[in-house]
Amino acid sequence: MTAARQPVPEGRLERTTIISGVGQSAVGRRLYRDPLDLSIEAALDAIADAGLTPADIDGLATYPGNQDIPPGFSGVGVTEVQDALRLNLNWFSGGLEAPGQLGSVINAICAVATGLCNHVLCFRTVWEASAQGDKGRASVTMGGGGGGGGMYRASSFMQWTLPFAAPSAAIWIAMMAERHFHEFGTTREQLGQIALSSRRNAARNPNAIYTDPMSMDDYLSVRMISTPLCLYDCDAPADGSTAVIVSRASHADSIDHPAANVEAVGTALRGRPSWDQFDDLTTMALRDAAAMMWERTDLKPADVDIAELYDGFSFITLAWLEALGFCGHGEGGPWLEGGARIALDSGELPLNTHGGQLSAGRLHGYGFLHEACTQLWGRGGDRQVRHKGGPSGRPQTAVVGAGGGPLGGCLLLRA
Amino acid sequence: MTEFSEAFRILPRVTPETEHFWRGGAEGKLQFLRCADCGTWIHPPSPVCPNCLSRNIAVEAASGRAVVHTFTINHQPWIPTFDPPYVVAIVELPEQADLRLTTNLVGIEPDAVWIGMPVRVVFEHRNDNGYEVWLPLFEPAEPEVADDSHLVPVAVSDGREVPA
Repeated sequence: MTAARQPVPEGRLERTTIISGVGQSAVGRRLYRDPLDLSIEAALDAIADAGLTPADIDGLATYPGNQDIPPGFSGVGVTEVQDALRLNLNWFSGGLEAPGQLGSVINAICAVATGLCNHVLCFRTVWEASAQGDKGRASVTMGGGGGGGGMYRASSFMQWTLPFAAPSAAIWIAMMAERHFHEFGTTREQLGQIALSSRRNAARNPNAIYTDPMSMDDYLSVRMISTPLCLYDCDAPADGSTAVIVSRASHADSIDHPAANVEAVGTALRGRPSWDQFDDLTTMALRDAAAMMWERTDLKPADVDIAELYDGFSFITLAWLEALGFCGHGEGGPWLEGGARIALDSGELPLNTHGGQLSAGRLHGYGFLHEACTQLWGRGGDRQVRHKGGPSGRPQTAVVGAGGGPLGGCLLLRA
Repeated sequence: MTEFSEAFRILPRVTPETEHFWRGGAEGKLQFLRCADCGTWIHPPSPVCPNCLSRNIAVEAASGRAVVHTFTINHQPWIPTFDPPYVVAIVELPEQADLRLTTNLVGIEPDAVWIGMPVRVVFEHRNDNGYEVWLPLFEPAEPEVADDSHLVPVAVSDGREVPA
């Protein structure tokens, strides 16, 4: 790996910002609702939660912007939401080329910290369950731009995978997991703890999609998708929109609940931006984003009360745990053994407390940030973590990481 | 043995920048860009050497040998007629540590694939109404003889010298 240029530590301007409100639309399988309708539901929910009205919103950020491919992947961009709510914006940004899905929130943090705007509505909308209809994931095949005229031709980065019948991140991540299994002896039983734990937590989340109990036998016997990843290692396509409001820290006094103070962000990609050329496929870019985040704070992994870590595929969560230093590189398997460390009620690091994307639905990164705030603000209901954070009875520090492969961004939040 | 010659494949869009790669197989060559000044292999194609920033770049054929860096046996039907199970692998070429390709392994049962397995390129020719590409797939190969010390004659008891 090339030696990284270190960020200026006295910068750390993310600390001048907070998450002041969160919102979420209805979440489910095949809601068959207009994605803009879902987005507005989440946006108004978040704006109200932040003690604001649409007239106060002067920034707008989203991932990945409006795009039609793959089906249901977005369908709503800055333009649609701005116009629907007639927002008067000082700053806006939407796009796919960012450090993961939360890159859009980090863009907003930067915009507020540099004084470009005061309150940014950040949102992520998916309607993949409806868009795929009854065709399931077999409909998710194309990506990137096509060739001109007639037959579709793979171009851009997809040209290196699509011709080899490898159209899905399921395959790309499976190869990273296989390499991890090979180098470190990681087992399916160890990886399975992530799926089992998420299902247990989902049973306590009224908005989760899959809540039936899952045993290790269930996990080991379900059909394989791409070795070593089985069906339960893959997240569940869902419909739903999630919104968060990024504000100046001074706004914390104007809301009727705690703020989530942004302690540090991580955005680095210090290896090659590629699913197959990245130097260490067992760490992915998460290694770099996490390292950068810790470079920007005096807090340590031991200070973190809860972790909400992307699980588009369960192996990504394992890689985030290692990248963030909760265990060493390659030690994720043994660390997860038995699942006690990540248990909601007693674990040293309750993980994906809402059920993650594996069981609560693929809200694509933003669901983890929503859940971190839910826990920090004591709104978890039956799934509220109560044994971390000291006398407050709720967690005080949360880490959120989203993205996999060459895409990764993370935030450290304090109540 | 896994073969895909009858299955539908999405073909790459060949451009002047990538033609050496996608059509080198017509001559049996696995071709990449390489820096003519410092020797760095460049993939995917780029107009500048990432090592020395030279613009003096030329097409060159690699050995065609590789090692399986990682792989997966895919069981999910993603593409009509391309029926699972099939192996997708990332192979690493001996020419340079970060010179890798995502590919399919052929000529081997999926369950027999292992990380570290030596492989060699085999091209699958596709002709879609005159639009031709040669996809670099890989098949099992004998290990490359990197160390020939085992060929050094050794003395045996009757005085003859034989290869070890």
